[in-house]
Amino acid sequence: MIQLEHVTKTYPKASRPSLDDVSVGIEKGEFVFFIGPSGSGKSTIIKLLLHEITPNRGRVHVNSRDVTAMRSWKIPAFRRQIGCVFQDFRLLPNRTAYENVAFALEVIGKTKAVARRVVPEVLELVGLGGKEHRYPHELSGGEQQRVAVARAFVNRPLILLADEPTGNLDPDTSIEIMRLLDRINRTGTTVVMVTHDSNIVNQMRRRVIEIESGRIVRDQARGVYG
Amino acid sequence: MRLKYVLSEVMVGLWRNVTMTVAMIITMAVSLTMLGASGLIYTQVNDMKAYYYDKIEVAVFLKPDITDEQRTSLEGALKSDPLVREVIYESKDQAFEKFQTMFADTPAVVDAVKPGQLPESFRVGLKNPEQYEQIFQAYSTREGVDQIIDQRNLLEKIFNILGSIQTMALVAASVMAIAALLLVGNTIQVAAYSKRREVAVMKLVGASNWFIQAPFVLEAVVAGLLGAIIGFGVLCLGKVFLLDGSLQELTKLLTPISWGKVLIMLPLMALAGSVVSSITAWVTLRFYLRV
Repeated sequence: MIQLEHVTKTYPKASRPSLDDVSVGIEKGEFVFFIGPSGSGKSTIIKLLLHEITPNRGRVHVNSRDVTAMRSWKIPAFRRQIGCVFQDFRLLPNRTAYENVAFALEVIGKTKAVARRVVPEVLELVGLGGKEHRYPHELSGGEQQRVAVARAFVNRPLILLADEPTGNLDPDTSIEIMRLLDRINRTGTTVVMVTHDSNIVNQMRRRVIEIESGRIVRDQARGVYG
Repeated sequence: MRLKYVLSEVMVGLWRNVTMTVAMIITMAVSLTMLGASGLIYTQVNDMKAYYYDKIEVAVFLKPDITDEQRTSLEGALKSDPLVREVIYESKDQAFEKFQTMFADTPAVVDAVKPGQLPESFRVGLKNPEQYEQIFQAYSTREGVDQIIDQRNLLEKIFNILGSIQTMALVAASVMAIAALLLVGNTIQVAAYSKRREVAVMKLVGASNWFIQAPFVLEAVVAGLLGAIIGFGVLCLGKVFLLDGSLQELTKLLTPISWGKVLIMLPLMALAGSVVSSITAWVTLRFYLRV
């Protein structure tokens, strides 16, 4: 599903690489944590998988496609197969929960009719039934993140990337979000999550890949934070 | 649906920043008016050339003491010259009659000239009026020829004046066009900034590049088209109030500018306005909406 082969990424003006000769493979349907201290290079992996940046050396394969060699006009179609959730939710403040999710559908060419059918369903799935017409500022942090998850999942992507999705949430809310991601994972979606929340990693007992100074120092099935 | 979305985004975009939009449209309009005016002058000069060059004559004035023999041989030579279209002989009496009608308004001038004082001449029409130089060289030294005058010289002066007006209009059009381009670029930047959240989400969920960029480009195109329409309106007003109004005497002397020619300027200006603004918008987006 996801293959990184000897990937090295050095940002311009950086003294050392963010990722240094990293190789890792992730199978379809896996749930993987990337952990490590700030600046260890774990968020760089998300950016590479989204083709927001390209590696200096090495290859990145997603859905058995070589992302590194992809032409720029193919990137939009590629990103439709990937859902993405961030620490800061990235919702549109002037749109309701429903409109935020529907927006993601409409801008990739789905009709309003499709949105009317699919959006309530996915909002129900993330536990926001009845709150469709609230604006982000009328929702709690956890609820906003649920909207973001709904938006990421509404296209039924093969892969869900989550970059510190619980970073702005209290522990209880974090666990609810993790249950949601776990449910999504059980539908067969591969989930890749970057975090430094040790509680969550320890509770979930999933595959843990630890990165330090751009190198993989641990790759453990059913691991803990360490 | 997508079209409706794009169009509504365009309208919202134009309203969001309405002062900038108005500034953009006005500079576009002024620039395109200048462009249209210079286009009109250009077609006008071409028309006048076609019209007057047909009527242009080279006047070969004869010396008072020319002999009949010299006159006949000169006429024969002119008539058999391949450069010459037609030759008309004008006697002293005919020259005097013509002179009387030309200056009928100023009797004092007419009185000052007596019949027989004006020289006789051959009025020579050339196949190509630009070949005057060759005629001059061939006939100016012939016996009995006093002087040769090319009427084209006078017209050239008028054309030169029109030409420099056209150049001025073009320079003004380009200067205003630069201002318009900068405004378009700036408007696009502001628009891209105010929609940065939407754009980020669109990129994230995989909206196609054209879909992200189309509202911005169309915003500039709509402004360009509105500018062209206003500019065209100004040209029409110019024709009604200047050419057909206060400058009527002058336009009668030149060939008149028809409505047809003014109308042709509309698609021309609209094309120039929309192409230039869309290219500017697109180039600006390359820098501010990296995909």
